[in-house]
Amino acid sequence: MNADWEPVIGIETHVELATASKMFCGCPVTFGAPPNTAVCPTCLGLPGALPVPNRRAIESIIAIGLALECQVAPRSVFHRKNYFYADLPKNYQISQYDLPVCVGGGLEFILDGEQVAVGIERAHMEEDTGKTIHRGGGGRLHSSSGSLLDFNRSGVPLVEIVSRPDLRSAEQARAYAQELRAVVAALGVSDAKLEEGSIRFDANVSVRPVGSSPLGVKVEIKNMNSFRSLERAVASEIRRQIDLLEGGGTVVQETRHWDEEAGVTHGMRVKEGSSDYRYFTEPDLVPMVVDEDWRLAIAATLPELPAARRSRYLGLGVEHQVVGSLLSAEQGLVDLFEAGLAAGADPRLAANWVSGEVVAWLRRQDHPPALGNLTGQHLAELSDMVNEGLVSASAAKDVLAGVLAGEGGPAEVAGRRDLLQISDRGALQTAIDEVLAVNQDAVARLASGDQKPFGFLVGQVMKSTGGKADPKLVTEMLRSRLGSAS
Amino acid sequence: MTPADLSVAEAARKLAAGETTSLEITEAVLRRAAQTEAELHCYLTIDQQGALASAEDSDRRRRKGAVSALSGIPIALKDNMCTDGIETTCSSQILAGYRPPYDATVVRRLRAAGAVIVGKTNLDEFAMGSSTENSAYGPTHNPWDPGRVPGGSSGGSAAAVSAGSALAALGSDTGGSIRQPASLCGVVGFKPTYGRVSRYGLVAFASSLDQIGPITRTVEDAALIFSVIGGHDPQDATSYTGEMPELSALGSGVAGLRIGVVQEASGAGFEPDVETACRQMAERLTAAGASLEEISVPTFTVALSAYYLIAPAEASANLARFDGVRYGLREEGTHVEEMMARTRAAGFGPEVSRRILLGTYALSAGYYDAFYGQAQRVRTLLINELNAAFERVDVLILPTSPTTAFEMGAKTQDPLSMYLTDVCTIPANLAGTPAISVPIGLDRSGLPIGIQVMGRALGESVMLAVAAEIERLARFTARPPMLEAWS
Repeated sequence: MNADWEPVIGIETHVELATASKMFCGCPVTFGAPPNTAVCPTCLGLPGALPVPNRRAIESIIAIGLALECQVAPRSVFHRKNYFYADLPKNYQISQYDLPVCVGGGLEFILDGEQVAVGIERAHMEEDTGKTIHRGGGGRLHSSSGSLLDFNRSGVPLVEIVSRPDLRSAEQARAYAQELRAVVAALGVSDAKLEEGSIRFDANVSVRPVGSSPLGVKVEIKNMNSFRSLERAVASEIRRQIDLLEGGGTVVQETRHWDEEAGVTHGMRVKEGSSDYRYFTEPDLVPMVVDEDWRLAIAATLPELPAARRSRYLGLGVEHQVVGSLLSAEQGLVDLFEAGLAAGADPRLAANWVSGEVVAWLRRQDHPPALGNLTGQHLAELSDMVNEGLVSASAAKDVLAGVLAGEGGPAEVAGRRDLLQISDRGALQTAIDEVLAVNQDAVARLASGDQKPFGFLVGQVMKSTGGKADPKLVTEMLRSRLGSAS
Repeated sequence: MTPADLSVAEAARKLAAGETTSLEITEAVLRRAAQTEAELHCYLTIDQQGALASAEDSDRRRRKGAVSALSGIPIALKDNMCTDGIETTCSSQILAGYRPPYDATVVRRLRAAGAVIVGKTNLDEFAMGSSTENSAYGPTHNPWDPGRVPGGSSGGSAAAVSAGSALAALGSDTGGSIRQPASLCGVVGFKPTYGRVSRYGLVAFASSLDQIGPITRTVEDAALIFSVIGGHDPQDATSYTGEMPELSALGSGVAGLRIGVVQEASGAGFEPDVETACRQMAERLTAAGASLEEISVPTFTVALSAYYLIAPAEASANLARFDGVRYGLREEGTHVEEMMARTRAAGFGPEVSRRILLGTYALSAGYYDAFYGQAQRVRTLLINELNAAFERVDVLILPTSPTTAFEMGAKTQDPLSMYLTDVCTIPANLAGTPAISVPIGLDRSGLPIGIQVMGRALGESVMLAVAAEIERLARFTARPPMLEAWS
């Protein structure tokens, strides 16, 4: 990053809500259903069809607003946003304009140990569009021979969350997105899966000379489908703008698409339509009224949010980095960890396993992975076994793999896989005696004050027990034995 | 007189008494259509087979004792109401051949009440017009004088009821499109309070103004059909959730009621015969026990300008969906934007294009506040003035239309003069209040004159009672001369 320039970044986040039905009709919200099977007159924009708002969706956006410390407007209004596009069935989108449900809030996250606060401008309710599938030409519009439309997604409730331009680096953009995803996931209002598009991040990027207060010309970048690509895209766009400005050029306000393979943003080939959306109040809907009782009822159902969860986990002794991965993990993993805590698992061990081995194991699965075999109770049992010295820390990972694979509970797997540690002092004493007997020279060097052979002797004992001895116990016993001998 | 000339209530009484059958009435209506359609062109689609089958079915059910409010009554629908499997064109090329996959709520309710659907009536394209001349499928003619317009945009419905090719019809009213053609055709046209009747399945013109209502031969029939099609519909978010009004007091008269006469609805542009007939009716109402008061509604005349910004603005978005992508006409292009543009250019008639352009302009950045924003402020002002008026009086009366039926082609070249024909009807749409047109006599050329009664929001009971009294006092029994041939 060039030290003379300061990047200014704001993020627009679209969250598809996981309601049972769509925003303005009774069609189911599905992912991956055969094209045009979850449609009706309303979400197809047939003549005469009318929208009726989904109360659950409104509750979800209120929950998001409360979690982001926004003000929930007692009265908000839907507007029509007019533009022609083939996958927008009415050629207007029902959205919100100057009276959104949620205004003014904030989100804090921790990056490299430092707390960063980002303002939230607004969160508003709208409907998703259908999907255009370009046929031929490698799926790209300009070389395709025709287009197919799938309206299953049309009318799916969408919450748009607009941050203030408070972010100053690509890393911060990524961390903000991760934190926001974690909030949405914790609320349970969305699947919040980037790869399925149920949460999408667009970034507004500009740069300005350090110390200057007016904002530079902003560029909107789209098409990032992972946190990593968001960070890369923002970094690349910052670089592009700085290079452009330093080369004497000017930044043009435009929308650019991130090309994951090439690692650069491209200006859109198709000329953008006029940005005059001719917003006006949606006459098919009445203003949304959120009274205090409703708002309080929703507030009462809010789960623990990532920030609170973070400090709780840290308080339990879980390492910083592990807390970070747990908070950005899928809800199923967080639930598993919480179940482990509830069953009395050692928080540090359970957290390490869930964010490490379990995540890695899930990644190796071909089919949609399930955690069915591993329970919180298992985590508690296994952490007890480690703490009691029945299995070593490294053997515990093998036990975990066995449990995940459905081989049984931790004790059963440890037994069957022969992973139990020798913690029997009698048995270990014999092994130690044998090792000392054949390594008299090492004993002698230790006696003379040279500490180096101690590790060697521990290793020999471990080797003679086939690695199953509890190394801590061996060390302790060896030390007291040699101490008494010297 | 044939069974086609019965009122809905009379037909229902005869059916109940076993004096006639639905088949007999329906056949009479279809026969009347066959006799008059070449000259009048009320219908775009006549569902002869469906109507006869449904009439026979109704008679069968009646024999088994299954009777509902409109059992066996042949009713026509304006062709902007969706009918499952029956072509619904809005008189536009862009929807030529379009068959909706569902029934509008009003259609569902009519069917559930036993009505026989005769067919779909002609209208100004997408209900934009006041003469039914803006139809892509040719104009409808006025039964009282086929050289004149039937009014619009529900001209097909009004002419059909007037001519006896339906016992009653549904129309839609965005700026007077039920009341004005009813007035010009000598029948009753009733626009209920906004939200009383579900708009689900009505192809939208201007969503905040559109309201479906009945066109009938009597006030009693209008009330009856209103009670069938009205009431909350969960599929329309703007539908009123409260109870339907009590309509049993239609014959209670006007004694003790306070009636306001709108001062602004007179003078330049109003035909003397129309003014005289309305003034005489006001006097007769006084004689019948009502007290009369002159009421000034200063915003009345500028309401027209506000309407011609608000309605086109909403229409510009409502009609955006007709793009050739999913249904209706498609004119191919080399890319999707060209296809949409060519489809819309070919599919919409000149008046629809004019209003889309007007509305798009009124909503555009830089013009919004001066046009659309200002129009909304006028609308608010008008609502306040009408609210104030309704604190002093129970209903307002005024002509429905400044003139009787005008010659075909007289105003087609001058959109502004055509727009002016709605000056008396538009305020009720902007305010969302109920209003009804009742025929009270003929002008010197033998053309019907209608008087309009405007009620308070949700105040249909009182408004209909006044309308019924006007009907009783007017004793309007004249029939279109052309019908003498088939009596």
